[in-house]
This record gives sequence, C-alpha cells and structure tokens, in this order.
Amino acid sequence: MSDSTTIAPDRVEVQAPQKQWQGQSVPRKEDKRLTQGQGVFVDDIKRHGMGYIHFVRSPYAHAHITSIDVSKAEEIKGVYGTLTGEEVASLTDPFFQLATPPGAHLKDYALALGKVRYVGEAVVAVVAETRELARDASELVEVEYEPLAAVVDARNAQDDGVPVLHDDAGSNMMWESVYEWGDLDAAFAEADRIVKIKELHFHRFNSTPLECDGALVEFNRGTGQWTIHTNNQFPGFAQIMMGPALHCGLDKLRFVTQDIGGGFGNKITSHPQLVACCLLARKLNRPVQWTEWRTDFHLSMSHGNERWFQDTEVAVKNDGTLLGFRTKALDDAGAWLRYEPLGGVIWAQVTPGVYKWRNIRLEFTQVATNKAPCSPNRGYSRMQHLWFTERVIDIVAHELELDPVEVRKRNYIKTEDMPYETPNGCIYDSGDYSRMLDIALELIGWKDAAARKKEAASRGKLLGIGIGSTLDSGTNNFGQSRMINPELQFSGNNEVATVKLDVFGEIVVTLGTTPQGQGHETTAAQVVADILGCSMDDVYVRAGHDSYWNSHAGFSGTYASQFAVTGLSAVKGATDMLAEQIKRLGSVILGGVPVDALELADGTVRIKDNPEAALPFMACGAIINANNAGLPEDLDVTLNCRYVYRPPFEVPDVEKKFGNLTLTYAAQIHAAVVEIDPETGHYEIVDYAAVDDCGIRIHPQIVEGQVMGATAQALGAVVHEAFEYDEDGNLLTPNFYDYHVPHALDMPPLQTGYIESPSPFTPLGTKGMGEGGGAGIHSVCAAVQDAMRGHGDAIVYDSWNPYKRVWEMLQHPEKTRALVEVVDA
Amino acid sequence: MSAIASSKAVTVTVNGVEYEREVEARKLLIHFVRDDLDLTGSHIGCDTGNCGACSMIVDGQLVKSCMLLAVQADGASIETVEGLAEDGELTALQQSFSDHHALQCGYCTPGMLMSATALLRTNPNPTDEQIKKALQGNICRCTGYWNIFEAVKAVGS
Repeated sequence: MSDSTTIAPDRVEVQAPQKQWQGQSVPRKEDKRLTQGQGVFVDDIKRHGMGYIHFVRSPYAHAHITSIDVSKAEEIKGVYGTLTGEEVASLTDPFFQLATPPGAHLKDYALALGKVRYVGEAVVAVVAETRELARDASELVEVEYEPLAAVVDARNAQDDGVPVLHDDAGSNMMWESVYEWGDLDAAFAEADRIVKIKELHFHRFNSTPLECDGALVEFNRGTGQWTIHTNNQFPGFAQIMMGPALHCGLDKLRFVTQDIGGGFGNKITSHPQLVACCLLARKLNRPVQWTEWRTDFHLSMSHGNERWFQDTEVAVKNDGTLLGFRTKALDDAGAWLRYEPLGGVIWAQVTPGVYKWRNIRLEFTQVATNKAPCSPNRGYSRMQHLWFTERVIDIVAHELELDPVEVRKRNYIKTEDMPYETPNGCIYDSGDYSRMLDIALELIGWKDAAARKKEAASRGKLLGIGIGSTLDSGTNNFGQSRMINPELQFSGNNEVATVKLDVFGEIVVTLGTTPQGQGHETTAAQVVADILGCSMDDVYVRAGHDSYWNSHAGFSGTYASQFAVTGLSAVKGATDMLAEQIKRLGSVILGGVPVDALELADGTVRIKDNPEAALPFMACGAIINANNAGLPEDLDVTLNCRYVYRPPFEVPDVEKKFGNLTLTYAAQIHAAVVEIDPETGHYEIVDYAAVDDCGIRIHPQIVEGQVMGATAQALGAVVHEAFEYDEDGNLLTPNFYDYHVPHALDMPPLQTGYIESPSPFTPLGTKGMGEGGGAGIHSVCAAVQDAMRGHGDAIVYDSWNPYKRVWEMLQHPEKTRALVEVVDA
Repeated sequence: MSAIASSKAVTVTVNGVEYEREVEARKLLIHFVRDDLDLTGSHIGCDTGNCGACSMIVDGQLVKSCMLLAVQADGASIETVEGLAEDGELTALQQSFSDHHALQCGYCTPGMLMSATALLRTNPNPTDEQIKKALQGNICRCTGYWNIFEAVKAVGS
C-alpha cells in the first residue's frame, strides 16, 4: 500500500435486511402496465396543435456550408417553420465545455454552424403538421456544401496536412494527460521479462436502445418556462448544459419522463436536440415533438469511445507476477465533445483492473475525427480499459507459456486485502475474485477442458476457453472531473427521494431517478415496506421522473451504476424519517407512550407490548393532513419527508491524480467456451457462465436480468456490432440491417452464478450494478485466442471479432504475432 | 399537384372496435394506429422492418405494421397488445412474462407478446427451436432473450 493521503470512506453500519421484502424476487410493479401496452413512452405523448420536427442532416463527413435556403420548405401548407444554425447561434450561447484548451475552445451549438463535421450532423430543423409532411418538406431545404477531406482514423488525426475539424481549437488534439503512479523504473528493473504489445484496438459501437431519443416540448410564454417531456436519462446534466446556452435558470427547464425504452448511457447527451426543440416551441408558439429515427440514432447519437492502446510494455516475473505496465491510450471522441473528455478520467476508476499492479503509466490523448460524437455507453470508458487489462493478461500468459487461470489467480487482488487501495487511491470496497472464478470455471466444466479440446478437434473444430474479469465501478465521485479540468466545480454525488403518508393513509414515494427498465418502482417499494412494516402493495412509487416533484438533485438520473446505492439510500433515509415521525405522532395519540415502546407493523404504529393499542397509518395520515386541531404545538411532524443521500467522498488530489473516484465495485467473472470452424472462421459460443457480485441483492431476479442483458450486449459487440466508417466518413452500419444486434437464435446457453460481498460503505450493503464491464467481450476474445493456440498462435488484437477477422487471423497469424514481442529484462 | 388522391377513407377493426378515418396515402399502419387511433401500445424501434416492436396480428396473420401502409389495412381486423388482457386480467402469456422477468424497459414487450401469441395459437406446444424462430424477428436490447424464451416455453408446455 502506498503512503498516500486517501481516506477510505467510513464504514457504515449495514443493517441486515429484514428479508421480508428485500432479498426476494417479488413481482415487478412496472410489469402490469408494460405487458398491456399501457406504458407511456415519449412518442406516446400528444398535445393539441403540436408540430413534428424533422432534422435535415449532413450527407458529408466534413464540409463547409456555403448556403442554406429554407424558403421552398416554408411555403408548403402545413409547414409551421424552420430553424437554422445561424438562428441558433443568435439565440443561444455555445454549450459549456468540460475540457481545458484546446478542447475548451470548441463552439458547439444545437445545429451545425458554417461547417458540418460528420455524416448525419443536424443542419436545419423543419416543423410541420404531420411527421410525413415534416419529412417531405425537409427534402425541399436546399443546403450547398463545399466538401473537405475527412479524418476517420484517430491515429492520423494529428499528422501534418490532415484537415483540422475545429479551427477554434487549432488542431485535432482535444485533451491529453499523463497518469503515472508507483515506480515504473523499479518495476521494470525488477522484471524478468518485458512483454511488448505494439497496438490493440477497442472498436466503436453502442447499446442501441430499442427506443430512440425524443421529446415533446411546450413553452409557457407567461412564465418563460419549458416543459420537456423526454427520455433523456440524466436531466441534471442536460439542465446544466442547456440553462446557460438558453440564458435561463435551471428551474425554467422542467424535465418529465415516465417510461424510457432502454438507455444504457446512450440517452445522456440529447441536449443539442432538446435546445432545438425549446427554440422551436418558443418561436412557433406551439408544442413541438421530435422522435429520432433509427438511422439518425446510428448516425449521430452517443457512440461508445473507440480507443487504441499503443506501445504497451508489461513488466512481469517469470512466474507470471505482474509488476506494472506502460501504455498510450489514444481515444477517438468523434466530432464533438458532448460528454467528453470525461472518458479521459473515468477509466481510472478501475486503473489496475482486478489485479495487484502497483506501477502504472498511461498517456491519454483524445482526438476529434469526422465521426459521430462519443458519449457514455454501458461500461463507459472503463470497459475499454478493462478489455485492455484482460488482453494483457492473456497475451502475457500465452507468450510466457503460463496458464491464464493461474496468472489471474496469482495477480487478483485478494479478498483479505479488501478494502483495497489502488495505486491511484480508489478504494475497492469488497469482493472475492478467485472464488468467483472458481464458480465460473466449474459452471463451464473447466476440469474437462483438455478432453473437450480433443473431442472438438476430432470434429475438425478448434475449442477455446476464455475468461473475462471485470468491475462495474458505481456511484461516481464527480470530483474526478477536476482531473480533466481543475477549474470545474463538481465533486461528490447526490440523489433524492421523498416519502409521504397521505390523508387516506396512502404511502407515496417519489424518486429523482429516470429508470429505463431497472425496476426502481419495485425495489424502492421493497425498501419502504420493510422499514414501515407494511405490504409492498401499500406503497405507491410514482412512475418516472419530474424535476418539479422536489425530488430532483444536481446529479439526479439513472446512469453509471448507482441506484442501489444512491437511489435506495435516499429512499431509506426518507423512509426512516417518516417512520420516526409516525412513531412520534403515535406516541402522542396513544397516550404519551415513549417512542421507544412503539413499533411499526401491519400498517400500524402500535405498542410493542400491547399490539392491540395500534393506530393505523390511515388514521395517522388523516390526523396530520386533515384533522390536526389540538395537536401539541411543538409536534414537528409533516409525514412528508425528503432525504438527500450524499455519498462520503473527498475531492481528489488533482496534482497527483489521486483519490477515491467511485464508492462501490461490483465484480463480474465470465467464462466462455468457443468452437471455431477453421475452414471459415465461423465460431459458436457453446458454453457460457456469468458470475456476479454486486453486494447485497435487493431483488435477485432484477440483478440477474441486468447480468443477462449486459452479457447479451457484450456478445453482440464482440461478434457482430460495429459502427464502421469508410475512408470518406460514411457510416456503413446506419440501421439494424447492417448493424446486427443479437436475435433469439444467436444466444448461447447461459449459466449464471453469484456471491454477495456486502459493501461496507453503503447503508444497505448494496453496490451499484449495471454490469457494464464488458466481461463478455473480454472472455470471448480470450477464448478465440485460446482456440488458436497451436494453430498459428494468433494474437486477438481487436475487441470486434467477426468471423471474417477470425478467418484472417487463422490464415495470417504472423501479422498479429508481429504486434507482440517478449524480451528479457 | 396532380389529381391523384393523396388520402383515402379507411375502415379497420382494432381489438373489436371499428374505426373510420381519412388517412394520408403514405402513412404507415403503425403510425396510423399510434397517432390517429391513439393506441400507443405498439412501438417503433427501427426504420427498416428489423425490430418487430410494431408487431400486430392483422386478419389472423402476424405482421410488422411498419411494413404496411394504413390504406392496405382497409377492411382488416387488427389485434394489438391492448387487446390481449380482458378487464385488466393478464393472459397466461403476459403473466408469464412478468413471472420470468422477461421484460425490463418494456419497449419491445408488446411486439414480443404478439409474436408469441401468434406462435402459440398455431402451435400450442412449440419446440425450443420453434420458439426461438418465432421470436427471431423481434429485437430486445435489455434481456438477452433467455427469460423471454423461458416465459413463452412455460406457457407452451
């Protein structure tokens, strides 16, 4: 352990769940409406006289806009109006940039101004009476372009003579920093071998939620307030971006959501489109509606960060002990920094992965290219880094002729060392990775591996087994943003809930979160019912989010694996307050019995020793809300309690790039067995195990559902899904024909396992979990490489391994082997 | 503009209720049902007929309603997700989806339910392979399909 100054969060007393509702897979409250088509998603919302928005988008990856003529479109009957970049620039300020210079100099508006920088960038908005008319009228908008050469390969983006996307920034380099912890020279001096890896590539894809982005926006002329019905999943961030741009206070931007059709991080950065909607609602004096087309989503929304790892050197002992590594991470941000360059620090939440590496140097550079802007995608920035660490482990193991299982076990952080401080000051709260690996290996039948390889060979198949060991760090300390830009005034985190007892005894819960399928109504009700001693059926959790509910804090939203910590801790805090108030009221009404002598059970407050003396919640609600004459003056009871949960964080040390960046570390160990047909490169995943540890599970079935869904997305990403661009910057996969997401027939057999390592730092012992570590990508990459051992020994160098690539690796293993070199230290 | 009509009167029966509306000739059936009839249970997840979120049963046949113009459905009898439960009582399939956690965000669920309903009507005891094939035209991004498969299988067997 280093002699650093980081302070581990205080351990909190984890209250053992009563196991009445928490810990049970009760039926989800959401299901009744969602199975009957009674959910309310953004495109379901209608208003009288509303106009439909269609965006005219750039056909060029990089071009000057020489003229825009909207007159023909505006002449059409039923067209309500248009919006251009010049109008936007006259009415708004550019969005606030998180980066230091040069990225800080970008001037990013809701619509392109003077120039387009990727295919699909929004140039003009057209509003009409119907969707069809808006689309037709858009065809009549005349935009003249003067095409420029496109930058599509991040590796060339800084070369001389390459066109610069943003003249204001002066170059395509957007943000860079050097991270170094420990003593690299000592580590490399101590090493027996140095494994050098020239280049690894993590590809571009995202989670493609089935519902695309959208909004219905109304403007109240009298108050200057917008109501934004939208599926944006992080309203707190959108408000911070939009308020200054629109020159309005944040309370003028009311965000409302009910059901959201999947998010996965991809619905965080819709603020440019929302600003266009706001301007149009005001300009046209009517509600406007925007529903993104699937093609538009693929072309323009929230691609996952594409990253290169170059000139990697790993210091290792002959027995496989890992001492440290150096690498250069080159991150392709796409055309705009919409949430970036936060990816430049988010990876550091999991700096050593699950391993005891103490000496690490990573040079991070982010560049702009003529591709869609990158924004969070499930596992945001950490998945890329964890893929890198897992690739390193397998390459080291294979090149040193060691067993990848043994190398992992030798280097895993041990359960007895938890809480464990990483080289950069993050505190891994709890876990047992070796035990999880044992479970995963047993589930896939590891002990029979040799026999299975032989049997597969007899059928002409190459069988390989691979492991993916990952973390889903949850509950961000937003202070990490200061490592990107020391001027930023963000730190910590928060979430809110309110719980009230109404006049007829109804228990009403409001959340600050914006769930997209995670079942928050259900798990919140479980927590409330256990504390209040009532049935879950008696707890009504309002569906969705409304920033006017007073259950909205600066970081409210559903993102970055945190609800089971931030959301449920807020629910617990508010419910504890309510329980205490009910008891104080009961104490008065039941004749002055001490509060300690009371308990909450069966929907009543009652005397422990005399349960007959009970006051039903209905009576409590009625007395406080409607029948309160004669109550003691000093009885401070409202039965309407609001609690803000604030996780225990310090501001990180910006100079040393050191501090606790997230509160909890859920772990995932996956194991995959693949069979490759060497004639074609086609491979099948024949066995798969996913073992998860997210601390105490409030609702095991929901947890397993997240594990399954994340696994499916990872398997889709490693085999099929990629946002591929041609050399002119055209996206080759702009829809579900070309971008193949897994179907029911694609899914391999899956076994799941779990352990529960309670977090010592959270009130319920829970950890945030979205299981975005990308373990499925890593395990399949490892399995494919394992299958090719003894058959050319190709190195899996890319996170995207469609069958054609596997075939190429089998045909020309030497091309991949040239990427790796082992030297004696 | 030419004299060719750009709209047409269409009569459809949806979940037993008859509707008559003047419809733009180019309007898709899914947009007609959602926007004009206010039956928003069926969803749209793509522009290309791949995702199946808009699946409905039209004259007894499972269709992706984004692949049909509204005018083509003139005279048809249409079933959508809103017609499955009676008086709020879930069908065995709907209940099974909830029991097996076969839905998370619920966006694909109406289409999944219609595809599975169509399967079980014609084939009450489908094999595993037949279930997967019947769901192949419906994309789900939350669940990985395992629980959807189990939910259908539980009702089918």
